[in-house]
Amino acid sequence: MAMTASDAPVPATGTTEPLAEFALRMGDNCLILGHRVSEWCGHAPVLEEDIALANVALDLIGQTRFWLELAGAVEGRDRSADDLAFLRDAGEFRNVLLVEQPNGDFGKTLMRQFLFDAWHKPMLDGLQGSSEPRIAEIAEKAAKEVSYHLERSTDLVVRLGDGSDESHARMQAALDDLWPYAREFFVDDPIDAALADAGAVPPSAAVRAPWDAHVTATLKASTLRLPEGGYVQKGGKRGVHSEHLGYILAEMQFLQRAYPGARW
Amino acid sequence: MATLARPAVEQIRSWLDQVPDPEIPVISLVDLGIIRDIRWDDDTLVVTVTPTYSGCPATSVINLEIETALRDHGIDKMRLERQLSPAWTTAWISERGRTRLRDYGIAPPIEGTAHCALGGEDGPTIVCPRCSSEATEMISRFGSTPCKASYRCTACLEPFDYFKCH
Repeated sequence: MAMTASDAPVPATGTTEPLAEFALRMGDNCLILGHRVSEWCGHAPVLEEDIALANVALDLIGQTRFWLELAGAVEGRDRSADDLAFLRDAGEFRNVLLVEQPNGDFGKTLMRQFLFDAWHKPMLDGLQGSSEPRIAEIAEKAAKEVSYHLERSTDLVVRLGDGSDESHARMQAALDDLWPYAREFFVDDPIDAALADAGAVPPSAAVRAPWDAHVTATLKASTLRLPEGGYVQKGGKRGVHSEHLGYILAEMQFLQRAYPGARW
Repeated sequence: MATLARPAVEQIRSWLDQVPDPEIPVISLVDLGIIRDIRWDDDTLVVTVTPTYSGCPATSVINLEIETALRDHGIDKMRLERQLSPAWTTAWISERGRTRLRDYGIAPPIEGTAHCALGGEDGPTIVCPRCSSEATEMISRFGSTPCKASYRCTACLEPFDYFKCH
């Protein structure tokens, strides 16, 4: 099970600026999920889904570049988006634990995407009103792409949940597995609070309400049962990750680690 | 002295109108609506470009092609700037661009539907670019490039791309 004890030491971040920290969180969520989803390329059950998965991964990696460029600009340590993606170790990543969970079967990949998209869309909607213009413009761009992601993942969760006995069972198992990770988005820390007070990010309750409403309605339409219990796995926002992240980084960062400064 | 050699902005725009989109070569970068501004900053030409989709792999190729085209026309000092806001929308695709897309076999975007769901009862009616039938159905919201969705025509049975509203 994931190491996410709340008393675990907080790894050095290298940045304490709330805006930079927030941009890292957004960028790392997009980067790690984008990388995970890209693992499907060439392996999806049907061609259309292979293309859809690759497109979603591409959108997320594209958005990653904007967020990590912002993080690099704000922290002022002359680190590019590539430096931040390829040269940080696991403890310096700020993504939620949900996005680093293994793909599992197609159902689990979709359920993870759905739980993420259902947060991502209202988050980006809220961020478009940010008092920080650099956040608002990235959010404006990304929200248009993410509305397609949410449409697709919602549609497929309903079709597979309310599908055959086999697909229903797999979707329910995926939901049960992922549910403890699904609400880490809404566990605020002082950085979230400070940014919300400054009007730079929406208060998490303003994102939680549409998330709850959409997830509940979709699961109902899917004939899936909402898991019981309020346990939330957390730690990703402060760099305490599950064991899976290191393996992702080993693959993703190999080239830059082995051949520093290599260029395409 | 250099300022005497600065070609007019409209001239430069017409040069860029000759540069094809790398993935859909029947329309130009100007038709696509991604050239947001062209201006001179002293003796440096500044071209402002907005990306279509955040992760579109054509973005870096587009920048390279802009640079190459302008160098071919004798412009040495230039700077490309990226502008995210206002975010690119298919409403900026020119009429000529739409006609060329249709002739090429890609259904052009239906404006005013940017935020509506594709497919389903409320989805836009996409006309088959080959036989003009309205009897079409969505196969996938995603297609061969980030900007397209996959459709099929149930009249002529041909699959086709729809340049989705954005």
